[in-house]
Amino acid sequence: MTTLTDPPEESFRLSMLINDTRYRSYTFQFIALMLLIVFMSYLGWNLVQNLAEQGQNISYRFLGEPSGYDINQTPIEYDSQSTHLRASIVGVLNTIIVAFLGCVSATILGVTAGVLRLSPNWLVRKLMAAYVEAFRNVPVLIWILIIFSIMTAAMPAPSAFRGDAPDASMVFGAVAFTNRGVYVPSPIWGSGSLIVVLLFIASVIGVFAYRRYATKLLYDTGKLLPMGWPSLAILVLPSVIAYYILGQPISLEYPELKGFNFGGGIHIRGSLIALWFALAIYTGAFIAENVRAGIQAISRGQTEAAASLGLRPRRIMNLVILPQALRIVIPPVISQYLNLTKNSSLAIAVGYMDVTGTLGGITLNQTGRAIETVLMLMLFYLLISLAISGVMNLYNNAMKLQER
Amino acid sequence: MSDTHSQTAFVRTEVLPEAPPPVYEQGIVKWLRENLFSSVANTILTLAAIWAVYYLATATGPWILNGVWTTSSLTECRDVLQGDVGACFSVLAERWNQLLFGFKYPDELYWRPLLAFALLFVALGPLLFFKVFPRKFLALTAVYPFLAFYLIWGGTIMVPVFALLGFVVGIIVYRRLVLQSAAMGLLGAVIAAFAFWYATGFITGPMANFLALEPVPSRDMGGFMLNMMLGVICVSLSLPIGILLALGRQSNMPIIKWISVVFIEFIRGVPLITLLFVANVVLAYFLPPESSLDLILRVIIMITMFASAYIAEVIRGGLAALPKGQYEAADSLGLDYAQSMQLIILPQALKISIPGIVNVSVGLFKDTTLVSVISMFDLVGMIRGPILGASEWNGVYWELFGFAALLFFVVCYSISQYSQWLERQLQTDHR
Repeated sequence: MTTLTDPPEESFRLSMLINDTRYRSYTFQFIALMLLIVFMSYLGWNLVQNLAEQGQNISYRFLGEPSGYDINQTPIEYDSQSTHLRASIVGVLNTIIVAFLGCVSATILGVTAGVLRLSPNWLVRKLMAAYVEAFRNVPVLIWILIIFSIMTAAMPAPSAFRGDAPDASMVFGAVAFTNRGVYVPSPIWGSGSLIVVLLFIASVIGVFAYRRYATKLLYDTGKLLPMGWPSLAILVLPSVIAYYILGQPISLEYPELKGFNFGGGIHIRGSLIALWFALAIYTGAFIAENVRAGIQAISRGQTEAAASLGLRPRRIMNLVILPQALRIVIPPVISQYLNLTKNSSLAIAVGYMDVTGTLGGITLNQTGRAIETVLMLMLFYLLISLAISGVMNLYNNAMKLQER
Repeated sequence: MSDTHSQTAFVRTEVLPEAPPPVYEQGIVKWLRENLFSSVANTILTLAAIWAVYYLATATGPWILNGVWTTSSLTECRDVLQGDVGACFSVLAERWNQLLFGFKYPDELYWRPLLAFALLFVALGPLLFFKVFPRKFLALTAVYPFLAFYLIWGGTIMVPVFALLGFVVGIIVYRRLVLQSAAMGLLGAVIAAFAFWYATGFITGPMANFLALEPVPSRDMGGFMLNMMLGVICVSLSLPIGILLALGRQSNMPIIKWISVVFIEFIRGVPLITLLFVANVVLAYFLPPESSLDLILRVIIMITMFASAYIAEVIRGGLAALPKGQYEAADSLGLDYAQSMQLIILPQALKISIPGIVNVSVGLFKDTTLVSVISMFDLVGMIRGPILGASEWNGVYWELFGFAALLFFVVCYSISQYSQWLERQLQTDHR
């Protein structure tokens, strides 16, 4: 007769730490943790020693001291007596400005180029392919510098606009491209302009409401309302009518030559233009590829099925292909936005005062507080990245295919 | 009855040859009609495209054709051109050596980096076209890094030889110990290699002149050579680190997983420029006071960290794309972790990740131009610094930036074409 007994309790041996899968993972994690701690304390010990040797310390007190330098583009009030902290905030705002401008124009450019790359027109297709390849394969820094040298070296000086037969003239009499930047008209908000603006916002909402209503009508009753021209009418007409009834409350101030330079209007510096355009064109090429890949990823069967239902090519695109393609296109496009924001730190190469230029550039050089400033700089970008990837995750969850 | 035939006026006895299609339905006219002028919108697009091409051609054509190659300054160029549109390519003819090698690398030693560059193709050949070359040729690839180091930096040949031997010792120890367990093998190999390097450190000192090439300090390197060096070194270093990080992130050991996650997400969240700032001004604080790591080495460390985080994410995508059955199949065969990764998982995951890895490498190679921001003299740094700063060439933007753009385009475009070719080669699904 056999009796089942438990296997004899194996006594713990040291070699089991490395050979037995039950204990091995603990050994490895312990070793990894120890190595990490040793490495970190080595770095920390070096830091303490280096700081002591140079008579320095880690302190953020410099943030409250006057910065003593000027910034050429200040979205909020700032002068050289303001603190370093305020200088960094100006830089942060400048980063956000150029990132926003870049993202919007890169999207427009990229979607256009991506769709045109799939056009039946051979010439346009090839031209767009050339654009995408040329810009994707050359460093963005070189494009920034090329556009910056166009802005500073190839544009006429303000004095060229002077006289009866000037060498240069303003585009449409309103926009002046000079080597000191671009001057565009600025709006002047008269009394009553608030009503026009509010009306315009209301009509934007109205357009969405109309389209929603039309879709609902289509699904409920099968009745098809026209979409194109009514939306346009709702968008434009009320504001235009109100604008003339109220006696044209919003007017434009045109830039004018005053002395040696232009006055009036909005002055956009060459560095902002260079950074904005270069980032937009460069990132646009990547977005074009994402859009093309997304549209091509939708299988041909979808197009054929839609066609067999009797949909016309335009409706196939709008109702069948694009809704599916967007799900594929949007995540990589958002990570392109993230890249664009990070690439905007190249501003320092053309002297645009973004956060890398103020906090990581002049503030660092003036105060010599390398560790603190670089750490703050990294945390700022990290925060932006985490925020954007948070948005991306939210979107992904919302758009995920609702499977059973 | 016989005359019924004679009443028929004419009966054709053979078939007519096929008439050619109408002119507008054949050849180039048909192609034009279908591809360029099929609708009104299409015609407008075509005309706009033709205008754009024409504009570009008339803007750049004469400029390139009238280019001047032989003068010694921009003012002389203008004298030669006499107001005509034309490029001043003389700057490239005169400063090509600075653009390619930087302004301090000794003239008489240019053959060394050039030879290293030529050998790069010999070394990459077996790797890139592994179906053509037998596996033995991979030895060339393994020796190349040490040879290139010897050629570019110079110094005694003992340093690269001992470095190579250290790896050999490590591999021998690994082969011995791996039979017991993979972990033992890895640990033993690392310890043995470091012990070997430490021991030989005493020998290389006295033998500093043995078969020595004239040493060149790394701060003398610049130009496109610097971009190539940073690109090649950092990509090849970041591949193994990236694989380890990706495996770490997939691991079920929480501490190792979190170390990898924090590292990857931190690096991916900040721009490369801030990491270069770290290399330039911060890293020195974290190193022992007596150490003097030169700037290029610190930059290599930071760029490698940057690249490995991105490559890790690409490879993680490849690992996640594998069906779970592959992992389970490897387990059911009784393979341990190291074996299953080496034999089953990684070959497939890496194959899926090739396009992503190439993307990261091309991006990284382009990003090496950022070192010009921390005042290193790579190609862009050379152009912005010494060349545009020189009084005779102040104002020659187009020629110089165009040249830089062209160099990068050639390299990056060929890499991306290669990767597309490789993808077709590795395709194992049925199409």
